[in-house]
Amino acid sequence: MPEHTVEIVSDAGEGAQKAAIAFAQLCAKAGNGLWTVEIIPSEIRPPPHTTGSASGNRIRLAERSQVTNAGNRADVVLAFNEMALLSRLQADSLADDVLVLIDDHWASHENEQYRISYRDVIDQFRARGSTILEVPLERETARHVEDAQQGKNMFAVGILCALYSKDVDVLEGVIRGIFKGKASEVIELAVTLARAGYEYGVSSFEECFDIRATPTDVPKVAMNGNTALALGAIAAGFELCSMYPITPATSASHALSDLFEDFGGFVHQAEDEIAAIGVALGASYAGKTALTITSGPGMALKTEFQGLAVMTETPLVIVDVQRGGPSTGLPTKIEQSDLLHALYGAPGDAPKVVLAPSTIEECYYILSVARKIAEEFRMLVIVLSDANLATGQQLFDRPDVFATPERPPLDLSPVPVGALPYDWDPTTGLSERLIPGQPGGMGVTTSLNHDRDGKACYDAERNIRGHQMRSRKLAALQQTLQPPKVHGAPEGELLLVGWGSTRGAIEEAVDAARDRGLSVSSLHLQFLSPLPPGLKDIFAKFRRVITVELNYSDDPQAPLITEENRRYGQLAWVLRAATLLDIDCFANVPGRPYMPVEILDEVKRILAGRSDSESPPKRLTAVKGAS
Amino acid sequence: MSAIAKESLLEVCAIDEHRLEDYDAERPRWCKGCGDHGVLAALQRVLRKNNMEPENVVAVSGIGCSSRLPHYLNTYGFHGIHGRALPIATGVRLSRPELPVIAIMGDGDCFSIGGNHWLHAIRYNINAVVLVLDNEVYALTKMQASPTTPDGWKTNTTPRGTYLHPLNPLSAVMGMTNVSFLAQTATWLPAHLDETIEKAWNHHGLSFVRILQRCPVFMPKAFGEGGLHFPVVFLENDDGIPVHPSLLNRGPLQPHDHRNINEAQRVAVTVDPAPMGLLYQNTEVPAYEEIRWQRKARPDHEAFLQRLDAAMDVHTVS
Repeated sequence: MPEHTVEIVSDAGEGAQKAAIAFAQLCAKAGNGLWTVEIIPSEIRPPPHTTGSASGNRIRLAERSQVTNAGNRADVVLAFNEMALLSRLQADSLADDVLVLIDDHWASHENEQYRISYRDVIDQFRARGSTILEVPLERETARHVEDAQQGKNMFAVGILCALYSKDVDVLEGVIRGIFKGKASEVIELAVTLARAGYEYGVSSFEECFDIRATPTDVPKVAMNGNTALALGAIAAGFELCSMYPITPATSASHALSDLFEDFGGFVHQAEDEIAAIGVALGASYAGKTALTITSGPGMALKTEFQGLAVMTETPLVIVDVQRGGPSTGLPTKIEQSDLLHALYGAPGDAPKVVLAPSTIEECYYILSVARKIAEEFRMLVIVLSDANLATGQQLFDRPDVFATPERPPLDLSPVPVGALPYDWDPTTGLSERLIPGQPGGMGVTTSLNHDRDGKACYDAERNIRGHQMRSRKLAALQQTLQPPKVHGAPEGELLLVGWGSTRGAIEEAVDAARDRGLSVSSLHLQFLSPLPPGLKDIFAKFRRVITVELNYSDDPQAPLITEENRRYGQLAWVLRAATLLDIDCFANVPGRPYMPVEILDEVKRILAGRSDSESPPKRLTAVKGAS
Repeated sequence: MSAIAKESLLEVCAIDEHRLEDYDAERPRWCKGCGDHGVLAALQRVLRKNNMEPENVVAVSGIGCSSRLPHYLNTYGFHGIHGRALPIATGVRLSRPELPVIAIMGDGDCFSIGGNHWLHAIRYNINAVVLVLDNEVYALTKMQASPTTPDGWKTNTTPRGTYLHPLNPLSAVMGMTNVSFLAQTATWLPAHLDETIEKAWNHHGLSFVRILQRCPVFMPKAFGEGGLHFPVVFLENDDGIPVHPSLLNRGPLQPHDHRNINEAQRVAVTVDPAPMGLLYQNTEVPAYEEIRWQRKARPDHEAFLQRLDAAMDVHTVS
């Protein structure tokens, strides 16, 4: 069996998360490729036994070691109650023939409403063609522990261990690892319950699944994107991360706080988002390039400081772990809605570098790239991660940490007489920065417009020159980039263009479509600013180009929406402006990753509706004077 | 060594001694009669007195008339954005604790738009000299009421008089946890200003100094026309800020124990007469950057890689 997608859901606080982590680790240790996504409510303790309380994980496991996305509708769901189960149906996350494992104790619960609701939901699933396996989570757990709520998750993971023919001894090791540091009674109870669940499964299930991993010699790691960012920040040689708590970014700072002091760095929790970037900027100005990690609302608060970093050409790295917006929006869920804000969100013209990792593995490496660009180009680099990467787990090749370069000490040598703080190369805009402590380099670094000597000035000529030089650095960086590689054939009917964590789902959809003979390819952009070279040439080889993004766009069929007023997905706006091509978008805000099958359906719809007379992407006709 | 002998020795060794001009950058562009000139000169004198290498000092400021000061001081300087001098100063101290830092702000800059940073900086107690040049008005934006504008005064945003009692920054500071140094002085008392900045410079921790200064353009009548009719008392203590006898025609001496937090809090709530001198000092409060540096250990590259490898082991599954 090549792969399966499993969901585990409970009421918040009942521990489906922990069960899922244990199951994912069990699969990872068996060598299965893996991608997990958290299913998480926005409150810590929402009202129990409601669809809004569902909390848990989706786990996609495969024979192959490379799993790049969260997959399609789930094959198996294990639910602690029927409302949690129902919530997954409402989220359109389950296959019609999904195998449902559900705690049977609601069937005979003293509360009649629960009994009725349980029967209704079960009937609904049976009618869809699902197989129902009622399992005694609560009943069996209660034989070992007084409060079954605090333990049935371990019984549940034991059941899954049996269902997927995994080794229960390995599971025991995983559980002992997860509960490390807890009281020994707690650990032993967890192990007992997991083994009881396993025994129950082995003796009760007529049929089990076996997703056997493809053997590999390459050591693998499994972690979430925020942990990968934290380890990547250490490997990149950062010494200061300044932050303010915000979902879903904070766990990156948790991971960093655990380790950083042993590597000579520290996490500074500032009094607010503004101070967080201010402290990072101050540290960078003093010569130690720092980073700040935040999410959308924090990005908004940091915009004035972003302008300051750009104006003073102080290297700085911001990680924005995107979530649903606007405002507080969907704090725990994925969106890719901060692209335009990252590109343009600062007062005045403020050219910045914007990068987006597309996998959890890339989260580890991207901060080294970001830091190098920030320092060499004296620029603000924004890294756009998202809630999907942040909380999902992926299996990937263990990074070779011994290849991590040594960080040179600060160069505080005297500044040559006559050296200027902004000694811009007139072609590239690049200059060497002066660091406090360097004799002969004294002078003010100002937020005011300034010339090469760093002194404030207000005349047109020197204002224009400053803008040109700061902007020119983006062009200089763009010249060093390679054209991105097309996934699939380099020409055809349709090109999907994506960025960030949608890559795995897009490429899987493209592969599936090509298997069906559809002429579709995809392109993924890691650099959003500057855009890589060659895009127009690549696009010209396809009849249609659409972006696939997890942000809002108007449905062209919706009331009042016309060609004139339609708002596009964010990358589509950027690419339309950059190429003058009529690039469309498949952009929506479901608060979860796209399933490959949804993208595949969109591809089929587009290609079915295409008329053969249609020419390659139209020029934007509304742009006057464009010839 | 007698004072004269020391002077002659300094003359002989002059090659190693900095002159006042070494701390001069471009010519100040403040209005004639602005108190900012006096603060700049006092800062330059304290740097000269401590023979600081200009490259080892960082002056950080926000936005406003007074925040232009780093432009005119020949050290490293950072003229940032409105209200945010303290986070930047904190960043410098955290990453390079060997560099002395001076933060310069105005009253609107520190007490209003930067209020959150102000209160938290006092709690962090970074080792820095923090000067607020308080002219009780937004001057660079042309006369709007600031948090410290006196009761009923007319400004462009309060043409019929201000609505609220002014903020008392001294009592706000004394209400914060971890306060380690609080002093007040005025630019019309240059000898006292010098002594206060000197005392702040030598304090280990965040030395918060409120400097009263008149804006001759927009608030010429403030502080009793620049101190002429402004009632003050000079806080007196052997370890405090010395009061030159010539100042006593400006106000009386008042014995004060700046080590006693309750006494300091009591004095801080008094606005008339205004207390001048050292209100509070506690040299035992640890500086935030030192706490953080004590707890981290920078390994050599080999150990760094071993630790990173061990961190990766935790996540290794096969």
